[in-house]
Amino acid sequence: MSQNTNKIMAWIDDRLPVTQTYEKHMSKYYAPKNFNFWYFFGVLSMLMLVNQILTGIWLTMQFTPSAEAAFASVEYIMRDVEWGWLIRYMHSTGATFFFVAVYLHMMRAILYGSYQKPRELIWIFGMLIYLALMAEAFMGYVLPWGQMSYWGAQVIISLFSVMPYGDLLTEWIRGDFLISGATLNRFFALHVVAVPLVIVALVVMHLLALHEVGSNNPDGVDIKKHKDENGKPLDGIPFHPYYTVHDLVGIVVFLMVFCTVLFFFPEGNGFMLEYANFEPANGLKTPEHIAPVWYFGAFYAILRAVPDKLLGVIAMGAAIAVLFVLPWLDRSPVRSWRYKGIVSRIYIVIFGFNFALLTWLGTQPATELLTLIAQIASVIYFGYFVFLPLAPKFEKTKPVPERVTGGH
Amino acid sequence: MSQDGVNKARRTLLVGATAGVGAVGAGFLAVPFVKSWMPSEKAKAAGAPAKIDVSKVEPGAMVTAEWRGKPVYVARRTEDMLNTLEGLADRLKDPENANKAQQPEYADNLYRSRKPELIVLLGVCTHLGCAPKYVPEVEPQPFDPNWQGGWFCPCHGSRFDLSGRVYGGSPASDNLVVPAYMFESDNVVVVGVDEENA
Repeated sequence: MSQNTNKIMAWIDDRLPVTQTYEKHMSKYYAPKNFNFWYFFGVLSMLMLVNQILTGIWLTMQFTPSAEAAFASVEYIMRDVEWGWLIRYMHSTGATFFFVAVYLHMMRAILYGSYQKPRELIWIFGMLIYLALMAEAFMGYVLPWGQMSYWGAQVIISLFSVMPYGDLLTEWIRGDFLISGATLNRFFALHVVAVPLVIVALVVMHLLALHEVGSNNPDGVDIKKHKDENGKPLDGIPFHPYYTVHDLVGIVVFLMVFCTVLFFFPEGNGFMLEYANFEPANGLKTPEHIAPVWYFGAFYAILRAVPDKLLGVIAMGAAIAVLFVLPWLDRSPVRSWRYKGIVSRIYIVIFGFNFALLTWLGTQPATELLTLIAQIASVIYFGYFVFLPLAPKFEKTKPVPERVTGGH
Repeated sequence: MSQDGVNKARRTLLVGATAGVGAVGAGFLAVPFVKSWMPSEKAKAAGAPAKIDVSKVEPGAMVTAEWRGKPVYVARRTEDMLNTLEGLADRLKDPENANKAQQPEYADNLYRSRKPELIVLLGVCTHLGCAPKYVPEVEPQPFDPNWQGGWFCPCHGSRFDLSGRVYGGSPASDNLVVPAYMFESDNVVVVGVDEENA
């Protein structure tokens, strides 16, 4: 029996490198043994990507992408399609949890310096995924054609009007002189076909680049320096079965939280599905309070903090763009925050909480006080990227151990 | 394969020429894909002028009409409201209508209108395109303790006076747009046409 199986595998392997690929990426991919809580969020992001693709395909079966029928077809999915409500809420809640996982995944990279040499390309691919994800989420939110869909699209597309030939550019993006059915239809095409293809391709590149150089770890030490006589890293364990089984625990816990939100708070108290979006799009009336869904809050808060249109858009763009060059801004000789100086350690924590604060501010109405807080928080955000290259000049790092600490 | 006797220069030229012709071809091929995103003939045809009956607009009130899918505001200002406009210059970004693109010549005045009391504005915030809210009352507001009446944009807090001129400190940088318009009769405003753009 097993001999027959071996024969079949050998036949296939001569024609397609199945075993070789499986070993390279799973059973003989050595990951550091000291992964902690933060290392769940990569696989959880992938889980949410699968969730979005699967539920998304099912939603397209009932959704009608036209200005006249989109809103009603979403109501139809919610009320008349069997289990339609569940599939739609899995998709809308999935978007939130996708961003939760991605933000924590990014914070992990910042804490442990996972973007540093030689992992710059992994970080760049990750940032491109994040960029594509933002475009994907934005266009997806336009599809139900509610008030917030419409006015959100109006605001985001108007951002491009500050560029040279801005009016022409915004007309080109909208396909009309205003947000209309033409805009909805093209966003549908991009949301369900073009951007998902790009995201999947980028995820493949992200993983190939990761598996080429190997995973970082909470100590930021290179596990390939110490190998046994067979050339296996002493501090590494095969990804399968050790981390596949380990990740299952994280997946179960994550899905418990996911299901709690899905079944009990599918609107996320207005942060995930905004109340104004239960009203059909009306191009003549802007809702009283217009705010992005929570995962765009931070950049929106930075946009609003600047009392000038062009400079506001530049600040918002810069807030995202600066992340791309993070690997070259961090000049620290150590990767992990564990071995950085005290100021760096404090600033990393502040940076994380400050981003959460900006996220919240972006969802709130712009009062004088909140605008002032947003301005201070924006300075703290950008300050981190100014601080990073300067830190090694005045700060001593702690000695990094030869081998990883902790682990199993 | 032997590389002897290979004319490297010719090979480079051929590779370069092939790539160049290919790139030009790709450029031409991209044109229909890019151009198909422009507004269609149907969208262009939807831009007919809009007629607005202003006879029922009470002093101090505002009506919203639609032109090219965008909101058009017509407000009838009272004498008191018009009196607020004079003293605001140092609080505004562009009190003298320096940006000529924001209004036709006949509205390039303090009232930014043909008839002082009746103002016609595009209800599209010059910041990011939301529809500003009409807040005519002269009283302290959460967004401005010294509010003199005007429009407030709920999206990002831009403020405009009763002539649609933007206040300093707003994220918007330009005054609200006065579209081309003319009076068909005393009580009917036609938006989208004037003497120059018939």
